[in-house]
Amino acid sequence: MRVAVITFPGSNCDYDLYKAAQQVGGQASFVWHRERGLEAYDAVLLPGGFSYGDYLRPGAIARMSPIMEDVIAFADGGGPVLGICNGFQILCEAGLLPGALVRNASLKFASHDVQLRVERVDTLFTSEYSEGQILRVPIAHGDGNYEADVPTLEALEADGRVVFRYVDAHGEATEDANPNGSWHNIAGIVNEAGNVLGMMPHPERAMEELLGSTDGVGLFTSMMVSLSTTSV
Amino acid sequence: MTQYRLEVRVKPRPGLLDPQGKAIHHSLNSLGWSGVDDVRVGKAIYIDMQAESADAALDAADVMCRKLLANPVTEDFEVSLVSEQEAATS
Repeated sequence: MRVAVITFPGSNCDYDLYKAAQQVGGQASFVWHRERGLEAYDAVLLPGGFSYGDYLRPGAIARMSPIMEDVIAFADGGGPVLGICNGFQILCEAGLLPGALVRNASLKFASHDVQLRVERVDTLFTSEYSEGQILRVPIAHGDGNYEADVPTLEALEADGRVVFRYVDAHGEATEDANPNGSWHNIAGIVNEAGNVLGMMPHPERAMEELLGSTDGVGLFTSMMVSLSTTSV
Repeated sequence: MTQYRLEVRVKPRPGLLDPQGKAIHHSLNSLGWSGVDDVRVGKAIYIDMQAESADAALDAADVMCRKLLANPVTEDFEVSLVSEQEAATS
């Protein structure tokens, strides 16, 4: 699996993603946002951070980067694209995912572990998890409150495009378990075709027992497995 | 060409939770302004540009809003003309 990690000015999880892809046997490369061309890659990862200092809106300026035209073409061609945290915000700004991520309802930057329930295991990002599995993964964001208009939100639920939800210790999507005010405790969604995933929590920071959790590993092994079975 | 100054006001869409506005609302209430019913926080963006006419400048700003300055999912925008003056000719 040849993986492109797109780096914007202000990205700060790019090395974590690079290491995560390597850890599952992927061949990772950094691609600077001003470069062009993603033909050489099997998957594209948009890292977390604060691209352009979150000026205007998180992800709004990064979305205008030259490489984003190629990311959109890659996604439209069915290539797997994963955006984490700021990467999720960029995917929404770019129109690859519906909705937007607005200021946390608490107005506070939230930096702690959360519990996620895996809602879908038939995606290329989650096939190595089991349905309903609870993951412990960190979050670190000030603008993670997922919003969209009501028809969009209802369609997301009806089509089963919510992949991860914030839940409590019993696996229930309660208000207390919701760290940012997201509608229906949404933590991650896929596009209609299922090849673009955006999520606020950081699986790439849950790859080592030493750092508290290895629950993020499954996401990267899922990508690895699905890519090795689809590419001849 | 004429030099124009435009003001773009971007504000959260009605119905969308605006936690900043809510916090300021509570703060104003606690300062004694009990009659304050609602507060919404947006932003103002000032653009200096040259254009053939005021309409052309306003049209350009409208496109800028749709492409970059506002997110149609969460924000509404308004554009107005602040001032105009003849651009210096060389």
